[in-house]
Amino acid sequence: MLIKQLSIFLENKTGSLHAALEALASHGVNISALSLADTADFGILRLIVDEPEKAKSVLAEMGVAVLLSDVLAVAMDDVPGGMAELLHQVAAEGLSVEYMYACVGRVSGKALTVMRLDDNEKGEALIQRGKHGQVNPADIYRL
Amino acid sequence: MEAKGIDFLPREELEALQLKRLQETVARSYERVECFRRRMDEKGLKPSDVKSLQDLAKLPFSYKKDLRDYYPYGLFAEPLENVVRVHASSGTTGKRIVVGYTQNDLDMWDDCIARMLTSLGVTAEDRIQVSFGYGLFTGGLGLHGGAQKIGALVIPMSSGNTPLQIQTMIDFEATVLCCTPSYVMYLGEEVQKMGVKDQLKLRIGIFGAEPWSENMREKIEDALGIKAYDIYGLSEVLGPGVSGECPEQAGMHIREDNFIAEIIDPDTEEVLPLGSEGELVFTSITKEAFPVIRYRTRDICRLIPERCPCGSTHLRMGKPQGRTDDMMIIRGVNVFPSQIEEVLLKVCGDKITPNYQIVLDRVNHNDTFDVNVEMSPSFFTDDIKSIEKLERTIVESLRSALGIGAKVHLVNPQSIVRSEGKAKRVIDLRKGKI
Ligand SMILES: [Zn+2]
Repeated sequence: MLIKQLSIFLENKTGSLHAALEALASHGVNISALSLADTADFGILRLIVDEPEKAKSVLAEMGVAVLLSDVLAVAMDDVPGGMAELLHQVAAEGLSVEYMYACVGRVSGKALTVMRLDDNEKGEALIQRGKHGQVNPADIYRL
Repeated sequence: MEAKGIDFLPREELEALQLKRLQETVARSYERVECFRRRMDEKGLKPSDVKSLQDLAKLPFSYKKDLRDYYPYGLFAEPLENVVRVHASSGTTGKRIVVGYTQNDLDMWDDCIARMLTSLGVTAEDRIQVSFGYGLFTGGLGLHGGAQKIGALVIPMSSGNTPLQIQTMIDFEATVLCCTPSYVMYLGEEVQKMGVKDQLKLRIGIFGAEPWSENMREKIEDALGIKAYDIYGLSEVLGPGVSGECPEQAGMHIREDNFIAEIIDPDTEEVLPLGSEGELVFTSITKEAFPVIRYRTRDICRLIPERCPCGSTHLRMGKPQGRTDDMMIIRGVNVFPSQIEEVLLKVCGDKITPNYQIVLDRVNHNDTFDVNVEMSPSFFTDDIKSIEKLERTIVESLRSALGIGAKVHLVNPQSIVRSEGKAKRVIDLRKGKI
């Protein structure tokens, strides 16, 4: 399924990451997945949280550059080769992965992964057809 | 032996010459330059109202903005067939400013520089390495002409490529070096690193195009075993050589047979008494192609009332102490914050310019130039590559607009400190650093 991801601009400066996370914590926002991509000069913090809209407005009010976008959440089989199998299917469909990161999952036998594909619709269709199936919103937003 | 020549002309004779030349310049400009004529008419003045040198204070000012408004040739007082060269420099916005010279103007320029060189004891036996940039910038060709005029051997190196600069100085046995003070600081350090100081034949250095301190002079003289002299000028008025130091190293003699200097209060625009600090204003009295009348340099300095021990009767000006506008001099290049603003507006493709801040510092005698740009929600994307591309585009556009490189950093929105709602645009940490 498609879920909301928060992307946050982080200046390359100590404390940048901490300030953003602390603000979310103080507003009771729970984080279920987090990934930090950075260059020498800046970074983008990507978060999956239980209340994306609220998190966005908390951060925007602090003056943080933040945006919400759709990414694909996938429940892979938590077995050896599960990831390879998923990526194989994605490639076979002609889709490319811009980035992906793991989610702290509590669904038995499944590993939750967040993926940014170059085409969300096709990715969503692929997951619905495939054996990886849907993710229960409750599993991903509220862990 | 009594010193002779224009630099030692008795004051009364010099002033009589100035008045005659001022009257000619005003009459010619009134006749040929529409902008000046209009300003004179607005004040109800005619060229015949200039009866003494004191009457200069009645005349209208001219400004850098005029050069933009009348770009490229609108302020020229000669038809283009009589103009033999142009030079250009950066304006306050993307548009450059252009100045022109007749052959007589170039001869006068050469003469100004030749007189400075001669006063420092430079002769036809010297080998002068000109490491100012050649091209539209006035530094290279300006020094070149004067050096050639005294019959010295000119080494037209232009700027850049430090190892080659040093090798050339050694191989061609350069005795005089001309460049920016920050560049010679760097050169001096490289010479020390390479351990080649004793292979140099240098004895004199002429440095200008950016402010430098007595402290820097000491370091330069020490590092290279030379005497270091300051030269001043700006392309709107002439280029380097409007004034320059004599052996006393105590102020720059203005070539008063060609230029009249005034010091004004930049706010009230009143002329201040000799010796006061204020904004330097220049009037050219011999230039043909591009005469300037009461040109506001925006440089803050003072004229030195005392007669120089060298015997020259020409007034000296002190080192410029600052600016009355927001112009910065970075690695010898004039940069206005408005130029940076223009680039950001173009690159970020937004209706509003992102907030930015310029940070200048000096590390290893070199100016560092950083531009912090606030990330704005309007151009933030989730894609690292496109943000990196934006950053690169800003760097490249700044380089092409300013001619010098800047480091660009994207910073958090609203992180640039504002006072009274306005961000402080320039943080200059260079003061006192060499
Ligand atoms: Zn003197």
